[in-house]
Amino acid sequence: MKDSFPRGKTAIVSAATYGIGSAPNLSSVDLAASAAVKALSQVGLKPSDVDGLFVCLPDEFLSGLLLTEYLGLRPRFTDNNRTGGSSFQIHAITAALALMSGQCDVALICYGSNQRSATGKLVSAARRPFHEEDYKPITPISAYALAAQRYMHEFGAKKEHLGEVALAARKWAQLNPEAFARDDLSMQGYLDARMVSDPLSVRDCCLVTDGAAAVVMTRADKARDLAVRPVYLLGGASAAYHLDITSMPTLTTTAAAESGPRAFAQAGVSPPDIDVVEVYDAFTINTLLFLEDLGFCKKGEAGAFVQGGRIAPGGALPVNTNGGGLSCVHPGMYGLFTMVEAVHQLMGLCGERQVSDVNLALSHGNGGKLSSQATLIFGSELTL
Amino acid sequence: MTTVYPEKEYKEFLSQGKFKIQRSRATGRYFFYPRVAEPGTGCTDIEWVEPSGIGHVYSFTIVRKKPPEKDYNVVLVDLAEGPRMMSRVEGIENRELRIGLEVRVKVVSQDGKPVVVFTPVHTKAGEAMQ
Repeated sequence: MKDSFPRGKTAIVSAATYGIGSAPNLSSVDLAASAAVKALSQVGLKPSDVDGLFVCLPDEFLSGLLLTEYLGLRPRFTDNNRTGGSSFQIHAITAALALMSGQCDVALICYGSNQRSATGKLVSAARRPFHEEDYKPITPISAYALAAQRYMHEFGAKKEHLGEVALAARKWAQLNPEAFARDDLSMQGYLDARMVSDPLSVRDCCLVTDGAAAVVMTRADKARDLAVRPVYLLGGASAAYHLDITSMPTLTTTAAAESGPRAFAQAGVSPPDIDVVEVYDAFTINTLLFLEDLGFCKKGEAGAFVQGGRIAPGGALPVNTNGGGLSCVHPGMYGLFTMVEAVHQLMGLCGERQVSDVNLALSHGNGGKLSSQATLIFGSELTL
Repeated sequence: MTTVYPEKEYKEFLSQGKFKIQRSRATGRYFFYPRVAEPGTGCTDIEWVEPSGIGHVYSFTIVRKKPPEKDYNVVLVDLAEGPRMMSRVEGIENRELRIGLEVRVKVVSQDGKPVVVFTPVHTKAGEAMQ
């Protein structure tokens, strides 16, 4: 059947973050609810206006029901899809379809985690497959390290190429007052960082922070009444191949090579048209893999592509303009924050880090161990 | 059709010192990890087969530990029969590990239970190891 994604028929009217960095004495649901009411109130809405709920908390299996009760909602449509950090992009895809088939009128997508204050380390499901557990990989770092090692072997990429990604993220974070890691990071500082799981050091790994995010989505007609600058969803697609790294078909190409082209086709645009790119950078290798798989450069060429500050502030392609999971925020699952930043760039709300003339933004979520990939293309009124 | 108990049977073979993987009789394709059906086809005509035990390192990482704990390697090995599995390579310095290294399977005891590891097929001098 022909792909008939409702291009530009739905839009995000509001996006918010809450508690980025350290937010002690608040639970994950407290944080998610805080972001939700902030996003709703920015456009004059209340929880009782929400009839479509999309949520995936790190520590509550039945998050959809918990948020329903906590916020006092009566959702007609609830989606608790859990594909790791890509859950939220898939929530947006489902929300678009639900909005367009009348299953709901006001969709809320939210997330929150207190993992820094609660545990101080990355929260991930404790499940260890019986065929991997005896070898004691660090979850999830070793999985990404295996991908990075293979990538460097196949394409001759250097540690400095991964370093360019870390440095660019840090430079963007320095322009974002909300970002958690804003101290200077030099290439030498990057190269000297403590190795964790070769070839990845601590500076290749995302932060461990608290934080929450929320977005509100409606059909385009209602969006124009609610928001000054609605951000239209032009395309959204996902793909998944595996859960654990042992079963990833090839460690140097992700399912983004499938989700990206489908999302671009739905949107009717191509990579060179995109003004701002927000990808889930749990580790530096992610950014290289996704720039290739999403079509911004050829396979194996992302190392050279990012050199010379190309994705940093002032570079030709602004990538992860909030500082990313590497330097801004990473509360267990980061996917929704790429959407918030893409939306805020399109709404012109980004202050010192605002990129000029943004009409098209890409938000890409990654879940598991390079397992689930989901791509959204957002556009301004001009792109309709 | 007899019921397959993937993890249980896999570990029973290991406790006998045998490393076995599964194959569909109809398609002849080997797969790992053990399952009740062949991925993709759903074929349940599964047999357990002892593979050649030869493979090569597809990728590796060194997990760094604070002394006195020792760093250790984690590898992905592509078996000659096709499937990929996680393991570690013993009998080699971590710094000498390379992608493409030819390795041979070995069932060893770890914390009192059998575990599949690999050793290099060739010594540094290029002689075949037994």
